[in-house]
Amino acid sequence: MAEGMTGLVHKYLRHDKKFPHIWCPGCGNGIVLGSLIRAIDRLGLDKNKVALVSGIGCAGRMTTYADFNTLHTPHGRALTFATGLKLSREDLTVIVIMGDGDATAIGGNHYIHSARRNVDMTAIIVNNQIYGMTGGQYSPTTPYGSKTTTTPYGMVEHAFDISALAVAAEASYVARGTVYHAALLDQLIESAIRKKGFSSVEVLSNCHTQFGRRNKMSSPVKMLEWFKENAVRMHATSKMKPEELQGKFIIGVLADSERPSYNEEYEKVRERARGISKEPNPPARCEG
Amino acid sequence: MSARKTERKVLLLQGNEALAEGALAAGCRFFAGYPITPASEIAEHMALKLPALGGSFIQMEDEIASMGAVIGASLAGVKAMTATSGPGFSLMQENIGYACMAETPCVVVDVMRGGPSTGLPTLASQGDVMQARWGTHGDHPVIVLAVSSVRDCFEIAVFAFNLSEKYRVPVIILSDEIVAHTRETFVLPSPDEIEVFDRVTPTVPPEWYLPYEDTGTGVPPMAAFGDGYRHHVTGLTHDERGFPTQRSDEIDAFMRRLFRKITQGFHEIQRVETFMMDDAEIAVIAYGSVARSSRRAVIEAREHGVKAGLLQLVTLFPFPRRYVEKVLNQCRAVLVPEMNIGQISREVKRVRINGSRVETLNRVDGRLITPREIGDCLIKMYY
Repeated sequence: MAEGMTGLVHKYLRHDKKFPHIWCPGCGNGIVLGSLIRAIDRLGLDKNKVALVSGIGCAGRMTTYADFNTLHTPHGRALTFATGLKLSREDLTVIVIMGDGDATAIGGNHYIHSARRNVDMTAIIVNNQIYGMTGGQYSPTTPYGSKTTTTPYGMVEHAFDISALAVAAEASYVARGTVYHAALLDQLIESAIRKKGFSSVEVLSNCHTQFGRRNKMSSPVKMLEWFKENAVRMHATSKMKPEELQGKFIIGVLADSERPSYNEEYEKVRERARGISKEPNPPARCEG
Repeated sequence: MSARKTERKVLLLQGNEALAEGALAAGCRFFAGYPITPASEIAEHMALKLPALGGSFIQMEDEIASMGAVIGASLAGVKAMTATSGPGFSLMQENIGYACMAETPCVVVDVMRGGPSTGLPTLASQGDVMQARWGTHGDHPVIVLAVSSVRDCFEIAVFAFNLSEKYRVPVIILSDEIVAHTRETFVLPSPDEIEVFDRVTPTVPPEWYLPYEDTGTGVPPMAAFGDGYRHHVTGLTHDERGFPTQRSDEIDAFMRRLFRKITQGFHEIQRVETFMMDDAEIAVIAYGSVARSSRRAVIEAREHGVKAGLLQLVTLFPFPRRYVEKVLNQCRAVLVPEMNIGQISREVKRVRINGSRVETLNRVDGRLITPREIGDCLIKMYY
C-alpha cells in the first residue's frame, strides 16, 4: 500500500466507481474531500460506521467517490435525511456535505433547525459563493456587486454569513476555514466530528470556472490568493479595529460550547416513557 | 383460544389513533411529522408510544423535512412513517419521489381534507386521490390504500408496512377527516394474530452485494447503513451498484424493474371487499368513508327491491382493474360516489369494456355523502 496521501486515497476512495470525477481541474472540492479523509483517518473511524450524506450540487457529488455508507439526497434536504439516520442508528458518525445554495437557500430552514435541535452530526458547507453545477447563477452567499449569469449587472442582494447563522441558532461547534488553509481545515473538521451535538464547518472554496472567471479571478491560484489575503485568524481579531476587519472574513473556531445533544436528550425521554428515569421531568424554562 | 382472548384489549379509538396503533403493531419505530389538522393525533399518539418501545419520534420543521427524516430512518433499517394532510402532502411529494427512486420502504398517511390550498382544514374530502397516484414527478408505480373505519385504520396500517417492506416502495394510506375522527370500539389483536413482514436483507458477503440488483421478484435485498454493506444511495437514476448512470440500457432496465416488481405483486397488493355482490344487478364502487355510507345504502336499496351490491376498493393504486371489470361485466349500471368531482370514477370509466353505464355522485362541500343520497341514486338508476 502506498504511503501518505496516496495511501489514504486508496483506503478511503471507492475502487469500484469509475474515475475521473466530475469536478473542474483546480476545484476546491478535492481539497475539502482530502481534509475530510485525513480527519476521519486521524480519528480512526471504522468506514462501516461512517455515513456521508450530501445534497445536490458539485460538493454533493463527494458521496459518490468516498467509500463510506453514502447518501446523495435531493437539493437542500441532506440534513433532514441525516437526522433520521442518526436518530435510528446512534453508532453511525454522520457527516453532511452541502454547498452554499444547498445549505442556505433551498435548505436554509433545515440548517437553522438542525443547529438549534443539536442532533449529533457534522455539517460541512463548501461555500464557493455560486451555483456552479447549473452554470454560475448567484447564491445567497455571492458577494454584493459580483457578476454572475443571473446578475449580469451586478449582485444587489447582500450575502448570508453562514457561520453567524449557526452561531445564532446555538450549534455546539461552529468553525470557518478555506481551501487555502488546508492544514487548519483538517483540524477544524476533526474537532467538528469529535464534537457531540451539531457542528458546522463552513469552507470557503474556489469556483474559478463560474465565479472567478466573471469576477477577475479566473484561475484557481488567483482565488486561493484571495482567500489568503482576506482571511483573518480568530485569535488575531481581538487586536484588530473594526475598520481593519472590513471586507475580511474570520477563520478558525467561532463557537464551541457544551450542550446535551438531541440524542442524549431523547434517551432521557425513552427512560421517562419507560418509567425508569430517576430524574424528574425538566422544568419549563423561558429561553431566548 | 380462550387464553388468547384474554390478551385482547377492547379500546375506544378514533381512526387516527388506530392507524398509529396499527403502525406500531407492524413494527414502526420511527415517526417524523409536522402538525396539521386533521392528522395531528397520529403524531401525538406516536410521540406518546414510541419512546417506551425504544423508537424515535421527532417533530420536524416542515413536511419536506419530515419525509426526509423518514427515509433516513428507513435507510438505517428502521420501519418509519409520517402522517399529514393535503398541504403537507404536497410538500412531501419531492421526497416521496426519492423513496420511489431509492426503493426505500416507508408509509405516508394523508388524512384528506378539503382543498385545493389551505382549503377546509376540519372538513372531509377525497380530493387527493390523483395526487397520491401522480403527486411526485417522473414515471413511477405507487401503492395507495384507502381506509373506511377504525378497524380498517389498524389493519391497513399493518398491510401498508408489509407491502412497503416487501416491495421496497413508499406506501400511501388515504384516510379522510371523517374516518380520522370517528370513535369506535375496537378489539386490539394480540401480537401473534398479526402477520408482520420485514424487509429482506442481504446474505452475501459485502464485496458481492449489489444494492439494486435485479432478482426474480424485482426487489433487491436491502442492507441498512452501518451493517457493513457500504453502498451508495442516490436520487439520480443509477446502475445496480447504486452509482449514477446515463447508459440507456441501464436506465431502461432499472425503470422497467421498478414497474415490474409491483406488477408481479398485483395478486396480493390489490385488495377489495365485496358486499352483496353475488346477485347484484347494480353496484356501487366506493372507497374510504363513502364506502361505509355505500354499505348502508346497499342494504336500504335492497329493502326497496333493488338488487344492489358494493365493491369497496381498499387498494386504489395499482388500480384493481380485474375486480372492477368483473363488476362492470356483471352489472348493468355502476355508481361511483366520491367526495371530489370524479377521480376514481374516471379510472372506472377507463377500464369500462362493454359500455356498462357508469354514473357518478359527487360532493365537494366538505360534508360526507349520506347513505340516503347513494340509496336514492341507486333506486333512480335501477327503475
